[in-house]
Amino acid sequence: MSRILSYEEKDTWIHRLSGVTKLIFFLLWSLTSMLSYDTRVLLVMLVLSLVIFAMSKTKWQQVGTVFKFIMFFLVINLLAIFFFSPNQGEKIYGSATPIVHLFGPYTLTYEQLFYEFNVMIKYLTVIPAVFMFIVTTNPSEFAASLNRVGISYNIGYAVAIALRYIPDVQDDYTAIKHAQEARGIEMSSKAPLMQRIKNMAAIIFPLIFSSMDRIDVVSNAMELRGFGKYKKRTWYSGKKLQRNDYLTIGVSVLFVVVALIVTFYDGNRFYNPF
Amino acid sequence: MTPIIEFKDFSFKYRSQTEPTLKGINLAIYSGEKVLIVGPSGSGKSTLAHCLNGLVPFAYKGDITGSLCINGKDPMKLGIFGLSKMVGTVLQDTDGQFIGLTVAEDIAFALENDNVLQEEMFERVDKIADMVDVKSLLRQAPSALSGGQKQRVSMAGVMVDDVDILLFDEPLANLDPATGKKAIALIDDIKKNDNKTIIIIEHRLEDALYRKVDRIVVVGEGRIVADLTPNELLAGDILEKEGIREPLYITALKHAGCNVQAKDEPEDITLMNLVPYREIVKRWCKEHPLPRKEKKKDVALEILDLNFAYVEGKPVLENIHFAVNKGEMISIVGKNGAGKSTLSNLICGFMSPENGSIRLNGEDMADKSIKERGERIGLVMQNPNQMISKAMIYDEVALGLRVRGVPEEEVKERVYKTLKTCGLYPFRNWPISALSFGQKKRVTIASILVMNPDVIILDEPTAGQDYRHYTEIMEFLKQVNEQYGITIIMITHDMHLMLEYTDRAVVICDGHLLIDAAPSEVLTDAEIADKACLKKTSLYDLAVRCGIDTPSEFVEQFIYYDRLSRRKEKVADV
Repeated sequence: MSRILSYEEKDTWIHRLSGVTKLIFFLLWSLTSMLSYDTRVLLVMLVLSLVIFAMSKTKWQQVGTVFKFIMFFLVINLLAIFFFSPNQGEKIYGSATPIVHLFGPYTLTYEQLFYEFNVMIKYLTVIPAVFMFIVTTNPSEFAASLNRVGISYNIGYAVAIALRYIPDVQDDYTAIKHAQEARGIEMSSKAPLMQRIKNMAAIIFPLIFSSMDRIDVVSNAMELRGFGKYKKRTWYSGKKLQRNDYLTIGVSVLFVVVALIVTFYDGNRFYNPF
Repeated sequence: MTPIIEFKDFSFKYRSQTEPTLKGINLAIYSGEKVLIVGPSGSGKSTLAHCLNGLVPFAYKGDITGSLCINGKDPMKLGIFGLSKMVGTVLQDTDGQFIGLTVAEDIAFALENDNVLQEEMFERVDKIADMVDVKSLLRQAPSALSGGQKQRVSMAGVMVDDVDILLFDEPLANLDPATGKKAIALIDDIKKNDNKTIIIIEHRLEDALYRKVDRIVVVGEGRIVADLTPNELLAGDILEKEGIREPLYITALKHAGCNVQAKDEPEDITLMNLVPYREIVKRWCKEHPLPRKEKKKDVALEILDLNFAYVEGKPVLENIHFAVNKGEMISIVGKNGAGKSTLSNLICGFMSPENGSIRLNGEDMADKSIKERGERIGLVMQNPNQMISKAMIYDEVALGLRVRGVPEEEVKERVYKTLKTCGLYPFRNWPISALSFGQKKRVTIASILVMNPDVIILDEPTAGQDYRHYTEIMEFLKQVNEQYGITIIMITHDMHLMLEYTDRAVVICDGHLLIDAAPSEVLTDAEIADKACLKKTSLYDLAVRCGIDTPSEFVEQFIYYDRLSRRKEKVADV
């Protein structure tokens, strides 16, 4: 069974990169895409992220559901921008070229359309990078990377251990749900929504109590094996930075610098074709 | 020689309790020894273990008097981390203590915390993995491992630190009998090869004695009741008094009227000198015939040619076919992952079979919903915490009736009646959190019973229970079974349970029905026991070594009369 948005082991150069490298790349990439509204830069980034995504051999099944979910919010976001500030494009680009008058104060302009197009590709440049990072980075290596970039290993380990126990808790959930359904607690669509929400309690409480038992065992087990003894710890699955890692980091930094220079060259972060 | 562990007038009181849990403990354990600590639940044996690994008093706070010395050092000064360098603990819950995302990372966990360099880690993990034979699994996730493999990983995880003392907290609790046997053998090999000091806490004495131990320490009510060699202990009556189950062959010998002597080496049935006892056992066997059993004929549950697969082409269950008669008590046995839980999920309707059908009282269940089936087939889960969702006992038991719209008047009547049956009536207005584990288990059984089901399925009803609680729960179930004629199906790998309380055992092995026969038959056939990851019962060895021609009948005779006498005792107690 392939779980949604989970790490899968494959042999590509991206998988072989250290988690630190991917984390740095991901942070730089998101930063650039957040700062820049320069359509030229964004288009280049979009193409590049699609290329990288393809190179990571990520399958559609791994990310499809989440992608659709994000697309849904993207559409809502774009509509909301239009309804709440239909003249944003005019404000930014200093001109207004109407296409069609809709109703009341709402007139669709080329400027507004162009602005919202930019917002859309900003999303689209980041999404493949997020997916790529999640599905190609081993979670424990990710914890190691967080630690390497200066974040306390407690936080990194909390993430790794959550990932370790999610499948167990999922199994618990299914077992408890079944047993409660057999006792007569209706969780299928036969019951009205409010009833179902109330019935959730019959599953959630046992789940919490049995998870508490688990937490007790885990924290004892960790302490008995010396977790938290020193300020630092080493990582079995940590990867040393290789030539490719330095190259990737170098190229990413270079790209960001160039992209930001191109973006801000004409004084603001927007590219104005009008 | 100075002992490696020495308790002197040691007492400990948990902060939350008024009475000390350990009282005046004097105990010395020497380097290279293998010591078994036994005792019923609540005797303080786990607290004793926690004193050795530092969970007491560093994680569980409380007051200590007297002294404890480990390796010549004071644990109070070492702290939990310092102690972890000398005492390695393998906890009972093999699943919960698996911390890493893969086997290799889990083994390396202690090294990571010690800032060991990566190259050295690779080397040490490889070496230890080789020792406990998990090297081929290094990259596997915990979900891909069997219970036995997980335990090996846990052992590797503490041994990687090169500790002197290995402490096993109920290592057999979650393992099937055959895997448990292997675990005990592995512990023994480690002791021999590495000259470690081994301490095993366990209440399943017979299984723990599969390999020789030097001493057995019996803990009862916070004190050390006995500190003897296995032979001396088995010859006496301390175990019986303390409520710890003796090995079955010892009970059988005593039952037959033998006076078991330590010099005959009763610790191992295959080597024990049986010459003085043989004739007595044979005579007992002749004098105690089995009563004729009345056959139960009406069929309650029928499983007809059932097939199931999660992934096409990889069947989990194939052609499962058997029937359970009304008023029967049967067990479904087989190793972990054999398909037992899948079968119970299919019976309860949580999943649908690929083909084949399930009938209850002649009626096909295929188009019944989970809820509808739940009224007639009740399921009690292994851990009561997985079922309890209300704060008060009354509400919890009433839940199934209330959601079905039964009028409150009738709810009250039925809940009270059930609570009386289950001996919970005096507690009816108590919060559930005030109950013990065994009582919670009763509440979950009551919450199923109240719906008047035809069949109850119980998943490992006695897991983690000591002998007294085991007997209590099982006698209660037997009573429900006999008085109300409710058919009971138990999923288990407890051999005592299947032998003592079930009429038949349905053995599932790799998705197939291996055999459907009397438990005494299953457990006296080495080949079948092996395939099902069970173990031949020691009663069989006793019968064969005493020259009895009908060993499986002898097993039944013993079980029958032993239960009869225990029941009398219980009645006498009341």
